[in-house]
Amino acid sequence: MTTVFTDPDEAVAGIADGSTVLIGGFGMAGMPVRLIDALIRQGATDLTVVSNNAGNGDTGLAALLAAGRVRKIICSFPRQSDSWVFDGLYRAGKIELELVPQGTLAERMRAAGAGIGAFYCPTGVGTPLAEGKETRVIDGRTYVLEYPIKGDVALIGAHVGDRMGNLVYRKTARNFGPVMATAAALTIAQVHHVVETGALDPEAVVTPCIYVDRILDLSAVEGTS
Amino acid sequence: MSTVMSTVEHLDRGPLGRDELAALVARDIPPGSFVNLGIGLPTTVADHLPPDSGVVLHTENGMLGMGPAARGDEIDPDLVNAGKIPVTELPGASYFHHADSFAMMRGGHLDVCVLGAFQVSERGDLANWHTGDPGDIPAVGGAMDLAIGAKQVFVMMTLFTKDGTPKLVPECTYPLTGLACVSRLYTDLAVFHIGPEGVTVTETYGTSVAELASRLEVAVRPAGSRDRTKGAIVSHVHPAADHADHL
Repeated sequence: MTTVFTDPDEAVAGIADGSTVLIGGFGMAGMPVRLIDALIRQGATDLTVVSNNAGNGDTGLAALLAAGRVRKIICSFPRQSDSWVFDGLYRAGKIELELVPQGTLAERMRAAGAGIGAFYCPTGVGTPLAEGKETRVIDGRTYVLEYPIKGDVALIGAHVGDRMGNLVYRKTARNFGPVMATAAALTIAQVHHVVETGALDPEAVVTPCIYVDRILDLSAVEGTS
Repeated sequence: MSTVMSTVEHLDRGPLGRDELAALVARDIPPGSFVNLGIGLPTTVADHLPPDSGVVLHTENGMLGMGPAARGDEIDPDLVNAGKIPVTELPGASYFHHADSFAMMRGGHLDVCVLGAFQVSERGDLANWHTGDPGDIPAVGGAMDLAIGAKQVFVMMTLFTKDGTPKLVPECTYPLTGLACVSRLYTDLAVFHIGPEGVTVTETYGTSVAELASRLEVAVRPAGSRDRTKGAIVSHVHPAADHADHL
């Protein structure tokens, strides 16, 4: 049963200290900025964040990092031209980094959502990112054993949701949203607007409502156009 | 398709410029291929693909049918490439999530990917994600997935560093991205094919095979030459031969 919220603070209520939080977005595309801002106000700390990047500029994920709420980040590409918040924390030894190849990051979350215990992946074989990991040769090719990444919470951005929680995305802002929605115990999506049940073409639904617990309707949030 | 090619030495000119190098890579991408162009220099290959090539560009953040960079009113924050640069969509484009996008790559569905590199080894090992400097914050993105996923991996780089150190090496000293994954190496001075038979020079620009051989620690030999140790003819099929009209 999905609940639609118009207050960002109510949408993120109950996120516990120490949670693993999956945060969607590729750079700023698909980044659930209003949910992250609400999470900062909500105050949960000692978080492990899983996201492709480690924040851009001073907003969104970067603001969460700057607020000192994140103990560890699991990502593929922390170093960017505008990742000064992460860079400073990392160099000061104030944040732990687990670097994961981008496709392995996505597949580890997909595995969590799909009930897969672990999987053999060819990416990273023979590289520093596979050091210490179990390997196996299958049909002459070497694979690395990779484990799922399960979230306590997923914060994602989508384009439109219906009242049941079905989601559609827009262009490359889709990125990690559909995968993260399946991999967390509690999935919260911010959407540009909510439509009545039945208004979305069932053939076009990307994330079925079974994966979505809460929706924040940005069109009803004050200060959002 | 068993053409034995011989090396073309362009001695009457200097090394390739960046644009010429991108044009050379574009020439060798078979029409109709599904291609991923890495961030940086490889991105410029798109500017040299003929409009009728039928090449479909993949961007790993979740799109096939990527068009040129967006300008002015075309800029849409929801439509970016792997470098987070606003791009456009072409007719026939499709969007998919990250797990699908990387399944496409890892699953061997892409025909070609073009990447930059710090170093390539004579076995085709690739180092392109980290200098190994402990002061550098490591970031890998999709480099490792691309390196091992595409049917063919082309690398574009200068052959030597600014201080003259070769970047085609017996063993990579930088942290590896993938093992034995590079099949072609496009540089300012020469094009190399890398395979189980070793490193073959197919073209040179402003230098000769002999001069390259003297500057590199890697054994390189001209295409079509006889490998004395194995007594076999080293033969190469030039993929551009079938679409030379695109040149």
